[in-house]
Amino acid sequence: MMTGAFFENWFLPGIWITLQVTFFSAALAFVVSFVVGVLRAAPSRIVRILAGAYFEIFRSTSSLVFMFWIAFTVPMLFHIQFYGMAAGVLALGLTYGAYGSEIVRGALAAVPAAQREAGIALNFTRIQRLRRIEIPQAWPEMLPPFNNLLIELLKGTSLISLITVADMTFSGNLLRLVKGESAPIYTLLLVLYFVLAFLLTRGMRLLERRAKAKIGQAPEKTGLFGGLRSRSSIDAVTGTAGTGGAK
Amino acid sequence: MSAESPHTANTPVTDANPAVDGSELIRFDKVTKRFAGNTVLDNLCFSVDSGKHVTLIGPSGSGKTTILRLLMTLVKPDEGTIKVGGDYLTHEERGGKLVPAGEKHIREVRKNIGMVFQQFNLFPNMKVLQNIMEAPVQVLGLSKDEAEARARELLDMVGLADRCDEYPSRLSGGQQQRVAIARALAMRPQVLLLDEVTSALDPELVAGVLDVLRDVARTTDITMLCVTHEMNFARDISDQVLMFDGGKVVESGSPEKIFGDPDHDRTREFLSAVL
Ligand SMILES: Nc1ncnc2c1ncn2[C@@H]1O[C@H](COP(=O)(O)OP(=O)(O)OP(=O)(O)O)[C@@H](O)[C@H]1O
Ligand SMILES: [Mg+2]
Repeated sequence: MMTGAFFENWFLPGIWITLQVTFFSAALAFVVSFVVGVLRAAPSRIVRILAGAYFEIFRSTSSLVFMFWIAFTVPMLFHIQFYGMAAGVLALGLTYGAYGSEIVRGALAAVPAAQREAGIALNFTRIQRLRRIEIPQAWPEMLPPFNNLLIELLKGTSLISLITVADMTFSGNLLRLVKGESAPIYTLLLVLYFVLAFLLTRGMRLLERRAKAKIGQAPEKTGLFGGLRSRSSIDAVTGTAGTGGAK
Repeated sequence: MSAESPHTANTPVTDANPAVDGSELIRFDKVTKRFAGNTVLDNLCFSVDSGKHVTLIGPSGSGKTTILRLLMTLVKPDEGTIKVGGDYLTHEERGGKLVPAGEKHIREVRKNIGMVFQQFNLFPNMKVLQNIMEAPVQVLGLSKDEAEARARELLDMVGLADRCDEYPSRLSGGQQQRVAIARALAMRPQVLLLDEVTSALDPELVAGVLDVLRDVARTTDITMLCVTHEMNFARDISDQVLMFDGGKVVESGSPEKIFGDPDHDRTREFLSAVL
């Protein structure tokens, strides 16, 4: 069905592009999540309003339309031409960053007020409280929803095929046109996205266990495989084992 | 505690600070605090002298916790002013006028105040030693070594030298509270606020915490403001007892006077109810 040459020339690079776009979009989204999420609880009203506006605007925008806008409208309006992948990364990162800011804001708000008060009583600055007390305690709570978002993002990267970046989906479509058979190709794509998502989830679970151990909620040492073994495969797939490592 | 008690540092060599040895350290001046229209503190005036151990008593809801939280700047007064060591706590003078203080001013005055909470409030993300070292390093700018030495000395004092490598969640309530006391002392405050610090503890753990506080009261010159239901403890360590009700000071005096022969019926009723 698929010739080896085609696979090597199109499909493998496609997977690689998908991974790259996921990685860079996730990195951007991560930074945006924290900056916007923290600022949404800033002492200054105007800052809170601006950060809230960012969240509302980007959450309500279609990331596909936004991607088209960056890829095709921005060059016309501002004479800035984005390399196709950069446009996709920008659109995905800014949009998913808005969703992520809600995760950060919510997790920070869930840190008990008593912890903030203990920080004030020790005369920490606001920034020190965030860095040393509030974010470290909120971090394990952020990881499961971040995992969901990361998988949404991975699947969302297929949108960049529509601005002609040759990712996995783009290569699949191309192959379909060339070969004229769609069933095996789309099945392969589904499986590939699933495998990638599964690997990401494993990685995030590991992070989560580490994070919980760091705040004294679980035994400190968990190896890569120790963790895998201790959890049922159903939990791993459905993602319902959020508190499995907690005391 | 060793001869090099960390708390001797509270007495400045040069007397830039008026608030040492018997002079006034804390002053509430016509402080009013309301919560949703409910006036909890009503034009409250009182002062505490430096080095004194003062116990606040009064019925539930009389505003004892609110007083300590005002001093810790966890809540802001609606009216009136609070002074600590001669400086306004939540206000500052600018152009001859009193305006709400900025964060910088508040932190400058607040550095003299420490607090121990009913629920301990240790940082669960840090081990015991780190809980104590964190603020001295981050806030006071101590080197890690200095802070660690200070933390270990204090842990020794509260009898937990061997638990420095545990997470707080693995300690009993009494042990956590003793760590919390050490953590507050590591900042070398002039004033220590204690809000029912044994109320959340199992009865058999109370004595250990009170012993540590007796030790602090005896060996340091830290001013203590203490809300407690442990009347024996209050009698032992207090220089002065303040009875609150209806948002005001009902009466104030030595523990012998207040517990033995109070002037006011309100005090008498309250004490007969709790003793
Ligand atoms: N954050 C708040 N919001 C609304 N009401 C509050 C708040 N904090 C305190 N109050 C109210 O203020 C009053 C005084 O509370 P406070 O906790 O200071 O009393 P207390 O003397 O410490 O009582 P207790 O002995 O029960 O601890 C109570 O009626 C309480 O309900
Ligand atoms: Mg109280």
